[in-house]
Amino acid sequence: MITFLLRKLGVLIPTFFGVTLVAFIFIRLLPGDPVLLMAGERGMSEERHTALMKEYGFDRPVWEQYLSYIGDLAQGDLGKSIITKKPVTKEFFTLFPATIELSLCAIIIAVFIGLPAGMIAATRRGSVFDHTVMAGALTGYSMPIFWWGLLLIIFFSGILGWTPVSGRISLLYYFEPVTGFMLIDSLMSGQEGAFSSALSHLILPAIVLGTIPLAVIARQTRSAMLEVLGEDYVRTAKAKGLGPGRVIGLHALRNAMIPVITVIGLQVGVLFAGAILTETIFSWPGIGKWMVDSISRRDYPSVQGGLLLIAAVVMMVNLVVDLLYGLINPQIRHTE
Amino acid sequence: MPLLEIQNLSVSFLTAGGQFKAVDGVTLNVEPGDIVSIVGESGSGKSVAMLALMGLLPWTATVTADVLRFDGKDMLTMDKKTRRSIVGSEMTMIFQEPMTSLNPCFTVGFQLTESLKVHKNMDRRACNARALELLELVGIPEPQKRLSAFPHQLSGGMSQRVMIAMAISCNPRLLIADEPTTALDVTIQAQILDLLLKLQKEQDMSLILITHDMGVVAETAERVVVQYAGQQVEKQEVRGLFSNPHHPYTSALLASLPERSQARKLPSIPGVVPGQFDRPEGCLFSPRCSFATELCRTTPPKVASHEMGRALCHYPLAEGLPVGHPENREAAA
Ligand SMILES: Nc1ncnc2c1ncn2[C@@H]1O[C@H](COP(=O)(O)OP(=O)(O)OP(=O)(O)O)[C@@H](O)[C@H]1O
Ligand SMILES: [Mg+2]
Repeated sequence: MITFLLRKLGVLIPTFFGVTLVAFIFIRLLPGDPVLLMAGERGMSEERHTALMKEYGFDRPVWEQYLSYIGDLAQGDLGKSIITKKPVTKEFFTLFPATIELSLCAIIIAVFIGLPAGMIAATRRGSVFDHTVMAGALTGYSMPIFWWGLLLIIFFSGILGWTPVSGRISLLYYFEPVTGFMLIDSLMSGQEGAFSSALSHLILPAIVLGTIPLAVIARQTRSAMLEVLGEDYVRTAKAKGLGPGRVIGLHALRNAMIPVITVIGLQVGVLFAGAILTETIFSWPGIGKWMVDSISRRDYPSVQGGLLLIAAVVMMVNLVVDLLYGLINPQIRHTE
Repeated sequence: MPLLEIQNLSVSFLTAGGQFKAVDGVTLNVEPGDIVSIVGESGSGKSVAMLALMGLLPWTATVTADVLRFDGKDMLTMDKKTRRSIVGSEMTMIFQEPMTSLNPCFTVGFQLTESLKVHKNMDRRACNARALELLELVGIPEPQKRLSAFPHQLSGGMSQRVMIAMAISCNPRLLIADEPTTALDVTIQAQILDLLLKLQKEQDMSLILITHDMGVVAETAERVVVQYAGQQVEKQEVRGLFSNPHHPYTSALLASLPERSQARKLPSIPGVVPGQFDRPEGCLFSPRCSFATELCRTTPPKVASHEMGRALCHYPLAEGLPVGHPENREAAA
């Protein structure tokens, strides 16, 4: 187990450096610079621009900037946002719970619908249910997030008026964040209606963000299940006289879960990518929206730091998935 | 009363090319304590017939029978739940491929005690004790350690022993062993067979042994059913079958046994078992039979008398000679 962990870490560290480099170069490749964008339409004199660039250290050669960035990074310093002047780490962790809350709800929706749907589709292969699930999954998978989000907003917010259009909770409510998770905080605040307000704000973006993972999980579960159901050990389980609940829900599912867990893990990266769009559509104050705003303002430190932290989270989740994978699949655990 | 009564059991599969009859009119009675062997080449429907009995075929299979009774209970009309209470407890089966028949995600102990929990409602302590006892019974060294092992840590022979332990855990009345040794080393094969015979005697259960090895039949069984392309072509006591086979297929199977052959080169039966698309009209064995006549190629044969081993043949053999054959040639021809 220890060597397993060490080996994983050995892969993670170079990846981490790769991410710093890519983030660093990518943001500088975009035309314009933070100082110009801060000035906005008023414009700015040449001398003032040069002076400000010097002040932020953007006049130095790029490699020098990179080295000093890495140097700061080594001390755990991700720098300060040029715009808000707050430390990037602090901004990240203030906004992060909003994204986690959204992503968690999205993945919960995806797993709790996708897994059973895939399972039932596999056990009733070729039935109407199976065809419906597969067609739905294909549609969901190919649905552009932006368009899908707007469609839901038009229908549920516009026509039906059931859900709000943006934000995390109605402006009527205010309480100090404790956990950062609006659902929990609103419950703890004890204010009447706060929770249902938070929930109604969350539901649409969570559905939008969860759609692609749901489609992927349903399809993967179905195909994994179909494969496993034809295995000899499933026949053995039936030969023991076990009921379908035990045969499918225990013997088949446990094996089918192995590829499905990997896919769920991979969806975490997809979720963060999707969160950028979803948060923008629904004005959800999370990491995704923060990144988009920072990029459009050329807030170099925020973009660099933000991408790095996102990458770190994705890698950590993948590590956890690898560990889980070993837990369900004894063959992996023992050969490591 | 026979423990198991099968009359006219047929199984057909729905395939892309239409219905395919894999088992055709199998009839079999097994008395308590009997050892019956079913022999035949690959593809002759031995496994499918027994899987049908156990209710383990996929949904593409249609199973029909005139009578299907276990211990006097009608398996055709009973509901799924009642059937499940018999299958896995009173009637159990072990399979051709031990290595893939155990679930890779669960320990030996878990899989071994599952039937006990489900069928006998045993608690954990009782299950554990019984599991140890079973592993010892099937000759697995260090049983305590094996309980927490996973299937991939076991060899093929060990896996089959675990499968056997699982199958006998609830003291079944009937054990169906489907080519239990085919996937194993020759040395292990003999051990597993001995183990099965020992358990059969000790536990006083009936045993149906599926094999395509005539040698195994000679050593183990009391009665033999020879199956070909889904049909039973001959049924006899072991001794009679070896000394006086009545169906040309049985005779050819026996001739291909190494220890019975005088020639330097082993005689083999030319051709293969007909599959879905090359089923001949008339007798299914006619394309490979050295006695086949026009009648054989056009008209399906009828079952011969009990004295003639119920051979499914127009000209069943008696002492090597085809009875009623127009040329009445020698069997050796
Ligand atoms: N699920 C299935 N769908 C379609 N055809 C099948 C299916 N299972 C078996 N068959 C066919 O039924 C026939 C009999 O197969 P079966 O497995 O019973 O043979 P067998 O006598 O057990 O042979 P072996 O010695 O190789 O185990 C074969 O032609 C096989 O292709
Ligand atoms: Mg078989």
